[in-house]
Amino acid sequence: MDQGLDRDQGLIPAAGVPAPAAPAVSPPHGKEPTLNTTATAGRAPRRRLAAFLHRHAGVRLSLLLSAPMLWLGVAYLGALAALFVTAFWSTDTFTGDLVKEFTWANFQDLFTGEVYRTIALRSVGVAAAVTLIDLVIAFPMAFAMAKLASPRAQRWLVIAVLTPLWASYLVKAYAWRIMLSSDGVLGWGYGLTATVLTLSYLWLPYMILPIYAGLERLPGSLLEAAGDLGARGWRTFRTVVWPLTFPAAVAGSVFTFSLSLGDYIAVKIVGGKSQLIGNVVYDNIGAANNLPFAAAVATVPVMIMLVYLTAVRRTGALENL
Amino acid sequence: MRPRILVRNGAVALSALTLAAATACGGSSAPEPGTAAAPGRSGFTPPKLDAPKSLGAGEGQVNLVHWAGYAEDGTNDPKVDWVTPFEKATGCQVNSKTAGTSDEMVNLMKTGEYDAVSASGDASLRLIASGTVAPVNTSLIPNYAGVFEGLKNKAWNSVGGVAYGVPHGRGANLLMWRTDTVKPAPDSWSVVFAPASPYAGKITAYDSPIYIADAALYLMATKPDLGIKNPYALDDGQFQAAVDLLKQQRKLVGEYWSDYTKEVQAFKSGDSVVGTTWQVIANVAKADKAPVEVTLPKEGATGWSDTWMVAAAAKHPNCAYKWMDWIISPKANAQVAEYFGEAPANSASCELTADPKHCETFHATDETYFSKVWFWTTPIAQCLDGRTDVKCKDYSEWTRAWTEIKG
Repeated sequence: MDQGLDRDQGLIPAAGVPAPAAPAVSPPHGKEPTLNTTATAGRAPRRRLAAFLHRHAGVRLSLLLSAPMLWLGVAYLGALAALFVTAFWSTDTFTGDLVKEFTWANFQDLFTGEVYRTIALRSVGVAAAVTLIDLVIAFPMAFAMAKLASPRAQRWLVIAVLTPLWASYLVKAYAWRIMLSSDGVLGWGYGLTATVLTLSYLWLPYMILPIYAGLERLPGSLLEAAGDLGARGWRTFRTVVWPLTFPAAVAGSVFTFSLSLGDYIAVKIVGGKSQLIGNVVYDNIGAANNLPFAAAVATVPVMIMLVYLTAVRRTGALENL
Repeated sequence: MRPRILVRNGAVALSALTLAAATACGGSSAPEPGTAAAPGRSGFTPPKLDAPKSLGAGEGQVNLVHWAGYAEDGTNDPKVDWVTPFEKATGCQVNSKTAGTSDEMVNLMKTGEYDAVSASGDASLRLIASGTVAPVNTSLIPNYAGVFEGLKNKAWNSVGGVAYGVPHGRGANLLMWRTDTVKPAPDSWSVVFAPASPYAGKITAYDSPIYIADAALYLMATKPDLGIKNPYALDDGQFQAAVDLLKQQRKLVGEYWSDYTKEVQAFKSGDSVVGTTWQVIANVAKADKAPVEVTLPKEGATGWSDTWMVAAAAKHPNCAYKWMDWIISPKANAQVAEYFGEAPANSASCELTADPKHCETFHATDETYFSKVWFWTTPIAQCLDGRTDVKCKDYSEWTRAWTEIKG
């Protein structure tokens, strides 16, 4: 406990220098504190600081948390707040300057335009389909990895699952494009189905890994007990395995769902003539320079994700992320 | 630190280049086949700024914003380098910044940190209107004399006869088809717009709001009673007609393309057999043995043309002028046009291209060819065809309509 704290404190004043242990103990490496006066001079304030931090837990905690909180507060929540505020502005279409006057116009357009409703529903449908497909493929795979493979094979399987993540997103999407083209291996053509297929492939590792982690924590004795009590495979799965790994599956679904919801590149490559929310945002930023409207459109997936995460939180899945 | 442009090979580089090309689309009305008022004189008044009367010594560096492939210094391909000779000749160190879209360019120029930009027509008027770029004194640019007359003083690079930049190059959005499936060879855009087109499901269209202009251009020829004089100046009724045409076309479209690897691949595999394209795409597809041909249909076509402009608050104006003179000099302009795949702006460049047929392929000297091309421009509320009694649809409305068209 103390050692751990000291290590942390050592990180705050100066990294790379061995941290002093508690003042009474001589420093590591058998170095005598009196051996080198400059070193001692350099160490005294550090020691005082370490001691001070040791005594004031509140200061220590705030120092430790300041960087992540700053990131969360400024870079993340700040950006979201800026996005939300921007959505109430408009653009001078000719000069491209932002007009910082409050207006509901963007949201009016968004909610009255039937096309945006269609696109939003389509995007949610695609995200849900991708999540379900990934779940169906990932569960048996993760189960085999966690429960059936030898420990050595497990390591290799994890590496194998992670390998596709080394290849560029674009390369993988284009590979699917070529496979799906009419003279390709599959030759199914482009469209929403192709988009769902490609996204399912792209995000599969993100579903396998959390489920694998969840299944690994599942004690094998429970499966044996279920078997001893006469449960067959399906019943064991329904009453033992699934309830215990459900949070892990939900954790994976957060990845697949949110990544699919925000995607606009795969659909450009294999989607034929279909478009998703991401494309609408992209078109308004990239082509029309209408940032306020793009911001208004971008709040839609944010809201969908908030609803989704709220629902997910109740399942306790977030502890498994 | 010099930002690296992506290497030339590979999908990413291609799509980046394509994005660049896609958005590197300049300009407004080409020389009018009719005799309507030049849209550049439609009465919008830019902020009052003066062009320099004379040039001083170079400042030692110049900051450029440009499309990928417009300022090659040999880092991508040692053989492709027109920046280093410029630096040696003028003592102006080039700090280049590649932009991916016109909007990025506009926003970068508004920071005031850059001296010159290779603006497309969908950015140039905005830059002029917001006072971000200043008029250019073309008499200080000796090589300007060699630029094709068909590119000078156009609505996207001048206002009221005052030049706001120098032309970089140009290209048209052509009709491409697969010769093995599309017979007879089409000579009209009707093959992609007519509801009864036999190629339904295999038609491709360009994925950008500016494609609405292609529909308007087709309506200009087929529905003269709509009274469209300029495909970038559409009032409510004309705009609705173009949007309806595109909604009807959507049923025929197999896919919309915006990056050129995608289109090359679709034509090679036969997923697309006919649709809009650029010359450079046709060249790549032909090099890959795809049986394709291109034509400039009888209705004419849309196109793009870029302009080098100088920032109003440029910190290195002398070097910026030297750069503009350099990039439109016969040799450098030949290199960039060939590297990017476009028609050069300088008439003397044609003798200097590595491929002796480059100018022929891209119709650089063919003014009758370009007289049928309506260069891309930003649609604004003020009608570009000079009408003052109606309001036209601006680009943000075009964008929304495009979202609706795709549904």
